Amino acid sequence: MMNIWTISKREYNLYFASPIAYMIAFVILLTLGIFFFLNMQVAAAQQGYVPGVETTLIPMGTLLVLVIPAITTKLLAEECRLGTIELLLTAPVRDWELVVGKWLGGFFLLVTVIALTLVYPLMLNQFVDPGIDQGPLLSGYLGILLVGASLIAIGVFISSLFSNQIAAFITTMGVFIFLWWIIGPISQVLGPTSSSSELLSFLDYSTHYFNTLVRGVIDLKDVVFYVSVTALFLFLSTMSVEIRRWS
Amino acid sequence: MIRVEGLTKDYGPRRAIDNISFDAKKGEILGFLGPNGAGKTTTMRILCGYMPPTSGVAQVAGFDVVDQSLEVRKRVGYMPESVPLYPDMTVFDYLKYMADLRRVPEAEDRVEDVLEMLHLEERIDSFISSLSKGMRQRVGLAQALLHDPEVLILDEPTIGLDPAQIKEVRNIIQEIGRERTVMLSTHILSEAQQVCDRVLIINKGRIIAEDAPEQLQARVTGAKMVSLKIGNDPDGVESILSDLPNVTNVKKGKEGSFEFETIPGTDPRPDVVRRLVHAGYDLLDMHAVGASLEDIFLQLTRDEPTVPEYAEIDILEEDDVNPDESSE
Repeated sequence: MMNIWTISKREYNLYFASPIAYMIAFVILLTLGIFFFLNMQVAAAQQGYVPGVETTLIPMGTLLVLVIPAITTKLLAEECRLGTIELLLTAPVRDWELVVGKWLGGFFLLVTVIALTLVYPLMLNQFVDPGIDQGPLLSGYLGILLVGASLIAIGVFISSLFSNQIAAFITTMGVFIFLWWIIGPISQVLGPTSSSSELLSFLDYSTHYFNTLVRGVIDLKDVVFYVSVTALFLFLSTMSVEIRRWS
Repeated sequence: MIRVEGLTKDYGPRRAIDNISFDAKKGEILGFLGPNGAGKTTTMRILCGYMPPTSGVAQVAGFDVVDQSLEVRKRVGYMPESVPLYPDMTVFDYLKYMADLRRVPEAEDRVEDVLEMLHLEERIDSFISSLSKGMRQRVGLAQALLHDPEVLILDEPTIGLDPAQIKEVRNIIQEIGRERTVMLSTHILSEAQQVCDRVLIINKGRIIAEDAPEQLQARVTGAKMVSLKIGNDPDGVESILSDLPNVTNVKKGKEGSFEFETIPGTDPRPDVVRRLVHAGYDLLDMHAVGASLEDIFLQLTRDEPTVPEYAEIDILEEDDVNPDESSE
């Protein structure tokens, strides 16, 4: 456990030694701020429209897809490029500890940035009467953390396959776009009668978030989905690191 | 401390090391000598738990490198050939990180001690990206020494350094090697001679000689090479030398320099000096040239009965490898 902590601490601190952490926080906070401002304008002009916490949560889900590749790309790919992976693999650290430490470092950064976005629901709470709904706030932020954790795990795995960071970045982005935007429409085109449609709609990354968690529903099915994806890809990353030893 | 028996490693169809065996005692500095691609790095990587062997046994400090890999890794300090470092960390942060990963007690003090030992204390807060090659090498060495390992494995520790730095690193290694087992690889014979207690010569994945460096050199250099330099007009020197007994193979070099070989067991140097000075030549310099690695190497591989076999393997390999490469 100590090793995981040591590795994740280094990764977390290094994000703040480079522009990455600040750029990610800036992009997310600015975008959410613009959405927040627009919603307030609409609410002022339209009678009967009360903006809820979903005005922050819905764009944030999509933003994660776009910024997480920037968080995960370097995690293992850079170690391979620099050759420092040789030092880590000859230190008394288990392969899974290395993978989990890297994942946790990225996840802590995401938690930090997400915590900053809480200013928007808090401000909204001041503006609307009688305050915002607490349910979607909790379930939505739980959802964001689950989506983030699983996407970072996928990113760590893709990072472990490459020593070229740009290749890792593009691949991660492509996989995320496929999971978030493309699987859903495919399953709709195939129609509900098709046997593979059920599987595809289960794998549709965004519906687990948009249809339930954002609306204040914590369905065990969705939680299990994201947690299993996280566990699966951390396992695959460990395998990938171990295979590196044999080649 | 190190025991290796029948170690073999294949990368796909290519055999990197082939059934090698050796051992190293505590307090011994073992040199691993051979050309690039001979299998030095592969052997070292196996010994420090980076990769498992295809077959054979390797033990470090009594622990098996495959079954007790973590125990081995705790006891080994390793500096890879490329000296990988994180350029965006400071020297202190990097070493502190590596010390924490190895659970070094009172890591900060230990980092400072090691930096002082390697004369790096002034650069403690410098970013690694700003260090010169020699300093990076020392940071890499510091990393390998942090946890006071019983066995130190250094892959080409002096490559790319200037002569002053090479000397410094050699001194450090000798210092360290008094109480620990050090295994270092090199392709410079003089380095092995100066630093190592024992030398293994490896070629194409096999150990072809193992001995103390002096013995090794004596064993292979039957004929001694002598080089000399004449200050004034060197016409006629060649014929004088050739006429002397026990002198063979006279070669004329640039700007009045000459080389000749002596017949084994004789030393014609006093005769050479007398004759040249008597004939009015200004003898500026004369010294014996030790056998270079290439000489030793050629001689050893010539003595190897299995050389034709290697050649066959090479041809087979090229046939095997080429289609793969073109399909990639």
